[in-house]
Amino acid sequence: MSSRFRASLALIGAAALMLSACDREEHHSRAKPLGETVPAGESPPTIFPGSSSPPPLDVRASLYDNNANAIAQGQQLYLQMNCVGCHSHGGGGMGPPLMDDEWRYGGRIDQIATTIAEGRPNGMPAWRGKLTQDQIYDLAAYVRSLSGLPSKDAVSSRAEGMSAGTPQTLTPHAEMNNSDTAQQ
Amino acid sequence: MRRVSTAVTIAGLIAAAASLAACNKTPTARSVGPQNEAPLVGGAHALPPAAAAPADDGNWTMPGKNYAQTRFSALNQITPANIGRLSLAFTFSTGTTKGFEAPPLVVNGTMYVITPYPNYLYALDLTKPGAPTKWVFKPKPAAASQGVACCDVVNRGAVYDAGKIFFNTLDGQTFAVDANTGQMAWRTQLGDIQRGETITMAPLVANGKVLVGDSGGEMGVRGWMAALDEGSGKVVWKAYHTGPDKNVLIGPNFHPYYAMDRGKDLGVSSWPPDAWKIGGATAWGWVSYDPETKLIFYGTSNPGPWNPNQRPGDNKWSAGIFARDVDTGQAVWFYQSSPHDLFDHDDINEIILADIPWGNGRRPVLLRPGRNGFFYVIDRRNGEVLSATPYGYVNGYKGVDLRSGRLIPNPDKEPKPGRVTRDICPASPGAKDWNPAAFSPITGLVYIPHINLCQDEGHSEANYISGTPYVGADVKMYAGPGGNRGVFTAWDPIRHRAVWEIKEDLPLWSPALATAGGLVFYGTMDGWFKAVDARTGKLLWQFKAGSGIIGQPISYKGPDGRQYIAVIAGVGGWAGAIVSANMDPHDPTGALGFANAVKDLPLKSTAGGILYVFTLPR
Repeated sequence: MSSRFRASLALIGAAALMLSACDREEHHSRAKPLGETVPAGESPPTIFPGSSSPPPLDVRASLYDNNANAIAQGQQLYLQMNCVGCHSHGGGGMGPPLMDDEWRYGGRIDQIATTIAEGRPNGMPAWRGKLTQDQIYDLAAYVRSLSGLPSKDAVSSRAEGMSAGTPQTLTPHAEMNNSDTAQQ
Repeated sequence: MRRVSTAVTIAGLIAAAASLAACNKTPTARSVGPQNEAPLVGGAHALPPAAAAPADDGNWTMPGKNYAQTRFSALNQITPANIGRLSLAFTFSTGTTKGFEAPPLVVNGTMYVITPYPNYLYALDLTKPGAPTKWVFKPKPAAASQGVACCDVVNRGAVYDAGKIFFNTLDGQTFAVDANTGQMAWRTQLGDIQRGETITMAPLVANGKVLVGDSGGEMGVRGWMAALDEGSGKVVWKAYHTGPDKNVLIGPNFHPYYAMDRGKDLGVSSWPPDAWKIGGATAWGWVSYDPETKLIFYGTSNPGPWNPNQRPGDNKWSAGIFARDVDTGQAVWFYQSSPHDLFDHDDINEIILADIPWGNGRRPVLLRPGRNGFFYVIDRRNGEVLSATPYGYVNGYKGVDLRSGRLIPNPDKEPKPGRVTRDICPASPGAKDWNPAAFSPITGLVYIPHINLCQDEGHSEANYISGTPYVGADVKMYAGPGGNRGVFTAWDPIRHRAVWEIKEDLPLWSPALATAGGLVFYGTMDGWFKAVDARTGKLLWQFKAGSGIIGQPISYKGPDGRQYIAVIAGVGGWAGAIVSANMDPHDPTGALGFANAVKDLPLKSTAGGILYVFTLPR
C-alpha cells in the first residue's frame, strides 16, 4: 500500500467523520423561525398535577443542545454578560457552581433557559429583555457543557479569552447521577 | 512554630543577598529611602492612646473592643498557668450556615449575636443558666442581595451604644434596635442592590454618628462612607471615594502629606473619562476613631475592575487611608497605599491607634498590617509613613519609597493584556485580608493572623452591566513559599520585625484576641480554637469546634464576675466560600480564584454557625 493511497484513505475517513458530525456544527439560523419567547420550564423532580409525566422538552432543545456553534456562542456570551464573575468557569462563587451535577431549578436546557430569562429569587438576575431567545439558549447550551452533559466533540477545546484555569475539555467533572442523564 | 532570633534573621539576610546576587528574578521587597527609626527609650513600647482605649469595664461593645481597635481584654483570670482547665460554659446555634465573621457583643449581662444573611440579631440572657434567648430581631433583607455579595453573605458585626444595637444588613440598610426590648428604633436604606451595593461591615458609633461604608468593589459601585445621626438615623454626611472633590468632601482642611495625593478633583482626573462613576473604592472594613482630635480613620477598597489595564491612572481615592472629621466628614489627609492597584489589594484592613516612643516623648501613629504585605506605621496627625516593612512574602512590589510615599511595583509582575502573569505574591487577598490583628499594650506586640498565598492571573476586558460583577480577571491561587497557607505572626511595630510566628496549614481567616492574662486566641478554618502564649507563641490550649472558625473571638466578664472567652464557628467568607456556597473544587478560578487554594477544605470543615463560650470551672 503506497503512502499516497494511505493518505487518501485517511482523507475519506476524515470526510466521513466530518459528515457524520454535521449536526453538531449546524447553524440553525436558516431554520424555521420560532417565536421570541422563553417558555417556563418545570423543575424535576416535582409534581405534575393531573398527569404522570413531565411535559415534553421544548422544541428548541434539539437545536441548541449538543450544538458546537451554540456552545461556542454561549461561551462568549458567558464572559461578555459577566456570568463568569459569579459562577466562575463553572465552580461557582457568588453564584452556585454549574459544573457539578446538582441543579436547583432543573438541568434540562429549557429549564436553564428559563432560569436565565426569569432570574431566581436568591440573586440570579433576570435577563429577559436584555438577551434574545437565541442568546439565552446559546448560554443554556454552554452552561450544560460546563457539567459535561453534551457529547465531547461538541465542546470547544479552548477557552475564549485569557484564563488562568484549564481548558474545558480537560476539566474533570463530578460523575453525573442517573436522574440527570435520564433526562437528556 | 518558629522563634525568629537575630542569628536566624542575619543568616536569612545573607541567604537573601546571596540569592539576589545569583538570580535577580526573585526580588525581596523592602522599603527604600530614609528609614524613620525612632531612637528607642529603654524598654519602652507602643501603647494605645488612653482616650481611644479606656479602662476595660468587662463588656465588649464593639468588634474592635475600643476606638483604638486593640482587640485587647484587660481581664486576667485566665492565664497560661490555668488555661489547661478552660472548658465549655454554653453553646448556641444561630441557625445559619454562611461565613460567620462577626463577634458576639456583651453589654451588662446580655450577649448580642448578629448572623450572616439573613442578619438575625439575637439577645441572650447571660444571667440565667445556659444563656436563654431574650429576643430575636429579624430585619428581613432582600433575598436578591445574596446575588450581588462578592465573597459570601457575611456580616462583620454589630455595635452597642447608648441603649441601642446598630448593625447593617446585606441589602444595604442600617438598623438601630433597642438593646433591652429588641424593638426597632430606626432604619435607613443606604445601598442599592440593583447597582451591586451591599453592606457587610460593622458600623462604628463615634461622637453621636453611626459610620457606615458600602461593599461592592467587584460590582462596579461607587464607594462611600456615610455618617448617620445616632438618634434618628438621618444621614449627616456622605463622602464618596471617587469623583469631584465636593463629593469626596475634600475642602480647605485637606492636607495630604505626599505630593501624589495633592491636586484638584483627583477623583476624576486619575481615571479614564467617567470610569470613576463605576470605580469601586468602597469601605467594607474597619473604622477607628481618635476622640482627642475627633478624627476617624478608615481604608478604601480596590478600584474596579480588577483588570488594571482598563483604568490607567492612580485611581483616587481607592486603596488608601482617609482621615476625616467625624462631625463634618471633611477629609483631613489621605494616603494611597496602592496607587493604580494591580492585584485587588484593597486597603480596608484594621487601623490600630497607638502612641510609640519617639525621641524623648511619644508620637501618635496608626499601626496597619496592610493587604499589600507591608506593615505600615503612619503618623496619624498628617499621614506621613514612618515605616513600611513586609511582614509576609512579597514579590509583587519592590518596596515603599518613603520619600514619595509611593509603592514601587515590580515590572515582572505587572499584569499585561494577553498573557497570564504567574507567581504573584501576595495573592489578591493580600498578606492579610479583613480579619483584624490584636494589639497588647502589655507586650507591645501586634498579633497578626494572616495568609501566605500566591497566584496566577490573566485578564480580559470587563463589561460594565449594573448589578453584575465588574472584574475582568481570571485568578488561580495557591500556597506561597513554605507551603503553609496561614501564618500567625507576633509583630514588634517598633523594631519592625517578627518576634515569633506560627505556621498554619490552612489560610487564617479568623481575627485575633489578646488578653491581659498573657494569652492570644485565634481560630483555624478546620475548626481549632487555639490559645497561645503571648510572649512565646507556645500552643497552650485548643478546642475543636463543629465548623471552621473565621469569627472574632472576644473576652468578657460575666454577671458572676468570671472571665469568659467567646467565639462563633461558621466557616465561609471569601476563603471558605468553597464550603459555605457548596462550590465545585474542580474549577481553579472559583470564588475569584480562592477555591484553588483551599480545595481540601470541604473535607476538613462543614458549614455551621455555632457560638462557643468558655470559662474556668469553679
